[in-house]
Amino acid sequence: MTDTAETLPETMADASDGANQLRQIPAGVWCAAPIGLLLLAGFLAPLIMVVLFSFMPRGTFSPFGVPTLENYVDIFTQKFYISFGWSLFLALISTAILMVVSYPLAVAIRRAAPRRALVLTILIVAPLFVAENIRLQGWVLFLDKAGVLDGSVKALTGFEIGSLVTNVPAIVFGIVYVYLPFMLFPMIMGLANVPPDVKEAASDLGASRWQMFRDIELPLAAPGLLIGGLLCFVISLGAFSEAKFLGKGVVVTIAQDIESAFTFGQNWPRGSALSALVIILAGAAVYLAMRRLDLEKMLGRAS
Amino acid sequence: MASKTILELKQVDKFFGDKAAVERISLEIVEGEFFTIVGPSGSGKTTLIRMLVGMDTPSRGDILLRGERINDVPANKRPTCMVFQSLALFPHMTVGENVAYPLKCRGIEPGARKARAEECLTLAHLPMEYYDRPVTQCSGGERQRVALARALAFDPDILFFDEPLSALDYKLKKLLEKELKDIQRETGKTFIYITHSLEEAMVMSDRIGVMNEGRMVQIGAPREIYRRPNSRFVSEFMGEVNVLPVTAKGGKLHCQSLGTSFEVPPGAQETDGVLIIRPEDMRFVNGEPPVNGVLSGEIFNEYLLGSRVQYQVRAGGTTLLVEKQRDSAAPDPAARITFAPENSMLFAE
Repeated sequence: MTDTAETLPETMADASDGANQLRQIPAGVWCAAPIGLLLLAGFLAPLIMVVLFSFMPRGTFSPFGVPTLENYVDIFTQKFYISFGWSLFLALISTAILMVVSYPLAVAIRRAAPRRALVLTILIVAPLFVAENIRLQGWVLFLDKAGVLDGSVKALTGFEIGSLVTNVPAIVFGIVYVYLPFMLFPMIMGLANVPPDVKEAASDLGASRWQMFRDIELPLAAPGLLIGGLLCFVISLGAFSEAKFLGKGVVVTIAQDIESAFTFGQNWPRGSALSALVIILAGAAVYLAMRRLDLEKMLGRAS
Repeated sequence: MASKTILELKQVDKFFGDKAAVERISLEIVEGEFFTIVGPSGSGKTTLIRMLVGMDTPSRGDILLRGERINDVPANKRPTCMVFQSLALFPHMTVGENVAYPLKCRGIEPGARKARAEECLTLAHLPMEYYDRPVTQCSGGERQRVALARALAFDPDILFFDEPLSALDYKLKKLLEKELKDIQRETGKTFIYITHSLEEAMVMSDRIGVMNEGRMVQIGAPREIYRRPNSRFVSEFMGEVNVLPVTAKGGKLHCQSLGTSFEVPPGAQETDGVLIIRPEDMRFVNGEPPVNGVLSGEIFNEYLLGSRVQYQVRAGGTTLLVEKQRDSAAPDPAARITFAPENSMLFAE
């Protein structure tokens, strides 16, 4: 590897024809090229477009107008911060609930015999094969007034539960339900970093269950928990269908605002400005978490 | 030294499914002794120690600590502690935090914790500047010391060791064996050590228990186990031996394959079985009248073993091992070998 790198500039300079130069490019670069191009075209380009558009005058459809800050000003003057706040709140509370709910499950799957762990994993992954919107609509049918739950209880006992949707807890429930695998699997990975004999040693040295959890298991599993938390936070920040179906518009999330800016509002610059803010927010969360995360340790390089 | 029993096992069994991993083990450990459990892998020694530490419970029988039944007391409630084979150090903590951890669990305040942890570092021959070093930056030998210091900080009534030295190179292993023995003497604590290496057991122990297939086959002082093994298994486990199949014939033991008869070892019952002789108890006959049967063979190999030389002698289809001092005269290649009856052991088969 080093040899190639050292001789490369020299041979490039000497090469008289292009074909010879092409041959000097290491195989690794060729292999990385397709995904590199895809990322450039599919990830970086739209990102640049969004940022460009966010500085365009209201209601224009060209990214080459005269730059202006009015879209960002609008966000604060037109109370878009409310939907920002809701999205942030929903993402935070859902992530917190997901952590608490997933932890025992992750521990159970880690401890289960391989066969049973596989069955559990399949059960958890299976819903992912059905589109999210369809699953959420299923929940609406189940929880709504005169839905499966309400109707059954009423028929059996005469007692009326009424609608369990159209409220914030229903939205949180939806987010937790949909994103559970995204928290669970990184968590299982994190728990795999906790050697069983290290836990035994802690217990042998007199640690109570709680001390063992707090001092040994949690810190050692932290990378997995952090990754899961980050994943769930970032994707639930963009949650959309949960609020739309289970919340039925009781709150408006930022993703819904963005969607309506692009569609009903036909105001691409405003949608872009909102998107840019979401991206900055998510990026900040990732940055803060990654600063605390030792990637080397996570990949098992340390020690 | 008052010999007070600290740990007693009464007919302890452990079953995994219907397979017995440990079977009917009864044992008394005396306060302040260095007791080593030796056995080949799969002999049940790890299962046994896990029960003694409290990470497993016996299927049957009782474990008594100072006369109190502790079968179901979990590890974190027992005044004992173990140094793991893997050492099981806490990788996210410094050396100091590792050593102070048992004190932290007990709620001892940080100042006293540190003082005690430093004492234990000194006891385990770790320099003080290691206190703030991440444990992941320590070498193999240093990790051993950290694990030992951590166990000492716990101040256990009994300190268990599950083959902690097995991963180290020979020189370091020898050094740590000696240090361990010294620490045991200094602290006066009861050490229970398990290993598959007899050499390790011989160096450190006051008493050795030999395990095979889940049973404790012999318990005794190292010298006793070495000189008077009570079974073919123990004698073979103790090192290389010569095994001669014999049949009892008119007050003598006849070895069919070598065509020679031997005296019955003094004190032994005449029986069919195997006669076992250690290589160092074999000697070459040089003219003097032999007291026992003589084997004729041919030397085809010799190895230097430190201060001794081992000869491999081919005789009647088997290979016999004979060891001599290195500086003694070289034997005749066409060798005649014998041994004193009292140096042979007879086991019925």
